[in-house]
Amino acid sequence: MNHAKKIVEVKHLVKYYGKFCAVSDVSFDVYENDVFGFLGPNGAGKSTTLRMLLSLIKPTHGTIALFEKSLSDHRSAILSKVGCIVEKPDFYKYLSAQKNLEVFARISGIGISKTKIAELLEFVGLQGRANDKVSGFSHGMKQRLGIAQTLLHDPDLIILDEPTTGLDPQGIIDVRNLILQLKHEKRKTVILSSHILSEIERIANRMIIINKGKTVVQGNVADLVSSSALIVTFNLTPVDKALEVLQHSNFSACKTLVNNASLTLQTHADAIAQINAMFCSNDIQVSGIEVKRQLEDYFLQQVQSYAN
Amino acid sequence: MLIKCIYNELLKIAYKPRSYIGIAGIIIINAIILFAMKVDGSFYISLVTGQFEQTLAFEGGILNGNLVAFISIQMLIIHVPLLIAFVTGDLISGESAMGTIRLLLTKPVSRSTILWSKFFASAIYTLAVILCLAFMSLTLGKILFGAGDLIVLKFDGLVVFQEQDINWRFLCGFSLAFLSLITVATLALTLSCYSENSIGPIVATMGIILVFTIIGSMDVPVFDRIRPFLFTTHMAAWRYFFDTPLQTKAILHSIFILTSHCVVLLGIAFYKFNRNDILS
Repeated sequence: MNHAKKIVEVKHLVKYYGKFCAVSDVSFDVYENDVFGFLGPNGAGKSTTLRMLLSLIKPTHGTIALFEKSLSDHRSAILSKVGCIVEKPDFYKYLSAQKNLEVFARISGIGISKTKIAELLEFVGLQGRANDKVSGFSHGMKQRLGIAQTLLHDPDLIILDEPTTGLDPQGIIDVRNLILQLKHEKRKTVILSSHILSEIERIANRMIIINKGKTVVQGNVADLVSSSALIVTFNLTPVDKALEVLQHSNFSACKTLVNNASLTLQTHADAIAQINAMFCSNDIQVSGIEVKRQLEDYFLQQVQSYAN
Repeated sequence: MLIKCIYNELLKIAYKPRSYIGIAGIIIINAIILFAMKVDGSFYISLVTGQFEQTLAFEGGILNGNLVAFISIQMLIIHVPLLIAFVTGDLISGESAMGTIRLLLTKPVSRSTILWSKFFASAIYTLAVILCLAFMSLTLGKILFGAGDLIVLKFDGLVVFQEQDINWRFLCGFSLAFLSLITVATLALTLSCYSENSIGPIVATMGIILVFTIIGSMDVPVFDRIRPFLFTTHMAAWRYFFDTPLQTKAILHSIFILTSHCVVLLGIAFYKFNRNDILS
């Protein structure tokens, strides 16, 4: 049972565009100081759902409550506590970074000093670029500016729709670290959607997977991942003999992939030692064991099983 | 909050290079007219007064700042709607095209407030354009050509306004011209709510003005019923202030038609903007 304060409560959310159903009966809760991962393949309905949370799209059915208030009835009060980046961090290209932040601060109903803007730009690693026009910014710099923009009014909830899309590896690491900083240092609640699923595994503590507009699964990331099978690769010789031993054992039902000098199988953690012992007792030389437990495998597994 | 939003919109207009195209256009065209009048104004005037020389004797400076201003406004008022639409047609569609509409509408301010702020900002921009036109034509005209009585050519003769009777007519004329340009700005803003690129609303606004003007100028009975209700019919209503006696009824009718257009167009804009799903 989660005793933290409920920040977001979405119930039976449905969105139709004409006859096309983009989101069908999605429900989830986000608690205070969560980093909540929002997963799904392209066209799953992630962006539509996040846009409904931000009142950019009106739901056909269902209710959205943020900070225990109905979004439709208390839109302005709620949005004053929310910061967001939706898809791309787009800014007024003809304005400088500072002017852009001033424009969004003003419309957020807050006065903001140049010192505060300088602090925010430093926090996201854009110190010294305040007076540069955004038209000269790279995608990564715009993404950082986007995060600075989300923090302008010190929101309690931050919604980031695929914030690492289009970033280089260093940019991805930087944004990931920024999100973790937001959680740990600033005690923010973050909703995050991403195509890079391993990112969710590293950052999020809770998550939802949706596909074709419907909820596939949701819960704690650790629980969901630990309940999934492991991908175990044994580097060994001879491979043929190992495969034969495996097929005559209790593990014959495991999905197996054979390579030149390795044998990969899908199994659970407690089986690894038994399989290794079995190989050793049959004079098979095991030179290494690699174990992978990635959310991506789990994600694909869930989505594929749902599709079937 | 509305004031802050209007300030934001004005800031955006001020920093956009396209905003200065209209004002630059007015300055350049006006400068050309002033230059032409300075060099060959007498010849131009003689073309107009020539037909009356047998019956009337003209004394004093007919070619003065007031006449030059009147000619300038007549020429420029046709082009100003394009310059206005160029900026106001971009106010919402430009945000959609740039993607900033997503950020803008996730801020704690109602969509209606945002639309009002854009409307008022477009009105202020239109006022700035009109003031520029007034300064260039009237003030510079008087500086270069001096003041004097204004002679206005009508289809049935000449009307002469004494110098002390002119300023209020220009003031009222500019005010009515402002209302007609606000109607154009509102049309462009409304069309802007339906588009995700800047060009569409600008071209559509000019297309509508062109079609309505053609309908208004065709002397065909089938259009007689709709002609009085087209806003383009009333775009030149500022000239009523240079009639004598003053056509109060026609002026009030034009004000009513232009205001009605603004109200209806704004209603459509608010309906659309408040219901739009932001998918860009």
